[in-house]
Amino acid sequence: MKSDLVLLGHGSGGKLSHELLDKLIVPILSGIEQREQNDAAVLAAVSGRLAFTTDSYVVDPIFFPGGNIGSLAIHGTVNDLAMAGACPLAISVGLIIEEGLAVSELTTILMSMRAAADSARVRIVTGDTKVVPRGKADKLFVNTSGIGVIAEGVEISGSNAQPGDKILISGTIGDHGMAVLASREGLDLASNIVTDSAPLNDLVQQLVDGLGCRLHALRDPTRGGVATTLKEIARQSRVEIILQEPTLPIDSAVASACAILGLDPLFVANEGKLLAFVAAEAAEQALSILLNHEFGRRAAIIGEVSAAAPGKVRLRTAVGGLRAVEMLAGEQLPRIC
Amino acid sequence: MKHQSEYRDPELAGLQLQALRRTLAGCTRPMTFMEVCGTHTMAIYQHGIRSLLPDQVRLISGPGCPVCVTPVGYVDHAVALARRPGTIIATFGDMVRVPGSSSSLLYEQARGALIRIVYSALDAVTLAENNPASAVVFLGVGFETTAPTVAGAVLAASGKHLDNFYVLCSHKTMPATMAALAGDPELQVDGYLCPAHVSAVIGADAYQPLVAAHRVPCVVTGFEPLDVLQGVLMLTRQRVAGQARVEIQYRRVVKPQGNPKAKALLGQVFEPCDASWRGIGNIPGSGLRLRPEYARFDAARQLPVAIEPPLEHRGCLCGEILKGKAHPRDCRLFRTTCTPEDPVGACMVSSEGTCAAEYQYGG
Repeated sequence: MKSDLVLLGHGSGGKLSHELLDKLIVPILSGIEQREQNDAAVLAAVSGRLAFTTDSYVVDPIFFPGGNIGSLAIHGTVNDLAMAGACPLAISVGLIIEEGLAVSELTTILMSMRAAADSARVRIVTGDTKVVPRGKADKLFVNTSGIGVIAEGVEISGSNAQPGDKILISGTIGDHGMAVLASREGLDLASNIVTDSAPLNDLVQQLVDGLGCRLHALRDPTRGGVATTLKEIARQSRVEIILQEPTLPIDSAVASACAILGLDPLFVANEGKLLAFVAAEAAEQALSILLNHEFGRRAAIIGEVSAAAPGKVRLRTAVGGLRAVEMLAGEQLPRIC
Repeated sequence: MKHQSEYRDPELAGLQLQALRRTLAGCTRPMTFMEVCGTHTMAIYQHGIRSLLPDQVRLISGPGCPVCVTPVGYVDHAVALARRPGTIIATFGDMVRVPGSSSSLLYEQARGALIRIVYSALDAVTLAENNPASAVVFLGVGFETTAPTVAGAVLAASGKHLDNFYVLCSHKTMPATMAALAGDPELQVDGYLCPAHVSAVIGADAYQPLVAAHRVPCVVTGFEPLDVLQGVLMLTRQRVAGQARVEIQYRRVVKPQGNPKAKALLGQVFEPCDASWRGIGNIPGSGLRLRPEYARFDAARQLPVAIEPPLEHRGCLCGEILKGKAHPRDCRLFRTTCTPEDPVGACMVSSEGTCAAEYQYGG
C-alpha cells in the first residue's frame, strides 16, 4: 500500500481498489489467490439443516481492551450460529470504511479477524469493501454473515426451556459492555476491565456432545445483557425464571465500576458468554463441561425454570428479597447524583 | 466486592428484621417512612426490600430524584438552547430523554443539535476548551451532591479564562423541601430516611431545624440493603418511643457537620434562591443560583433564547408521586401511555425515578 491512509479512491472500483483488496484485505482474510477470485464463493453442498445469520458492528471505539471491531464481528456471528446448535461453515465480511482510516489500523483489525476465524475454525469466503467520505461513517463499520450446519438430532431453541431446568452462565457478566464504556469515556476507574469477546462454538459443541437432548436452550446474552436474554426466553418458552443473585459471577472490577456509575451488570452486554438451559439431572455435568473449557472457567448455575408465572423473570436478592426483572427500555444511563 | 457483599449479608438482614418485628410488637398503627433520595428508591426496589418488611411498615418514595423534580420549563429552556446555532449542550445522561412541552434533547439531537453526555461537570469545561468557537452549556441539575462539582467546574473555567462555558442552573437543596412535605397535612410521614450522599456534603445537623419544627424522626441512611433495613429499624424505634431526633446510620461516610470543603465551594459559587419543583411548586430557599460575581457563566443571563410556554401532560401523576401521595400504579398513564421507551413524566425517565423503578422491578 502506497498511502498510509485509506482514500476515497480505494473504494472506486479502479486500480486503488484492487491495490487495497489484493495487497491487504484478501491476503489477510482468506489467502485466496487472485486467479481464484470470482463474484461469489462456491461451497460444497451439505446434507441436513443449515443455520444462517447476519449482524452489523458499529462499536465505538473500534479498539477496546482485549479486542477490536474485527474480532468482535467474527465472534458475534460465530456465536449466533453456535447458539442455534450449528457448527460454523463459512463467513462473509462487508467493510464500510470512512475515508482517512489509517491503513495500519485496518491491517491490525483484518489480522485479528483472521485470527478469530482461525481460532473458531471457520473460513472467511466472501466479502465486500466500500469507502465513504469523511463524516459519512465512523472509522469502520463491519457486517458479517455466516452459515453453519446443524447436526442430526440437535434441537436447541429459545422456546424449548422447560420447568425444572437449571440455568447456567459460562462466566462473569458485563465484562464487554464495561470494557467498551470505559475506553469510550476514558474512565480510569475501569481501565483494567477487558472484553470477554470469544468464539463459543467449541464450547457449544462439547455441551451438545455431552448432554444431547438434555440441552434445551442456549443464547448469548449480548446487547441488553443477561436480564434481557432471560426475559426473551421466559416469554418464548412460556415459563418463569428464578435467578439467585448471590450465584451470579461478576468480576470485582466490573462490580465496582457498575456500582459507581449506577449500572446494573445484569443489563450490561457480553460477547463471549452463553446461557444454557439444561435438564436438572444434567446440570452438574454441564457445569463441569463449562468449567473445564478455557471460555467457561467461571461458569455457574444461576437459577432455574418453573411453570408458575409464564413470561416472568424474578431475582432472589442477596439479602433474601424477591423482585421482578424486566427488559431495559433504552440504553442504561449513568445516574445523575 | 469489598464494601458491597458485607452490606448484603442475608443472616444480618434476618437479624435486623427480627429486631424490627420485636420493636413493632404491640404497636398496631402503621408506619409510613419516606425515602427522600432517588438512589434509595432504586436500592429498595433493586434488593426487593419491600418484600422483606412487615406489612405494617410502608416505604414511600420522595422527591429526591433530581431529574424528576426539574420543571418542564427547564427542559424547554435547554431545548431552546440546543436549537441555538453554535451551541453544544453538555449533560448527564438522564436529562436527554426527559420530555419537555413539545420536544426533548434526544429529539433535538436527532434533528442535528449537538448534545454531549458527560460523566462530570469538568468534562464540560474540557469540551469548552476544545471547542472555542462554540458556546458549551452544562445542564446544572442535581442536589447538594452534584452542585459542589459544578461549582468546581465554574471555578476551573474561571481559572482558565474561558468565555464559552456556561451553566443552565437548576440546582436544588433538600432540607427546605423535606420541611415543606413534613408540613403537608395530607401526607403523614412518620420519618425520613435522609439522603446518604447529600448528607455527606451538608451534614446531618442540617436536619435539626426540620426535626425541631415538625417533630419528625430523621435517619441519615446508606444505600446498601443492610443500611436501609437498619435505617428503617432506627426510625421505627424512635417512633415507637415517641421520639424525634436526627440519627446517622451511615456513619462510615456522614458526619454531623458534613464536608466543610464542599460546603465552602457551594457558598463561594452559589447563593440560595427560590426554586420551582415539578409537581410540588415553588419552595422558598430550596434552590441554588450562581452568585453575581460568576454571572458571566450563567446561560440564562448570557444566552437569551425564546422559550415555549410550559405544557404539562394532563393526567400525569408525577407531582403526586413525587410528594409520596400517589403510587405509580395509581396513575392511569402508567404502563399504558407512559413507558420507559416513551415516557410522559420525568419519574419514568430517570433511572432513579419512582415510576421507572416500579416498571423495572415492581413486576
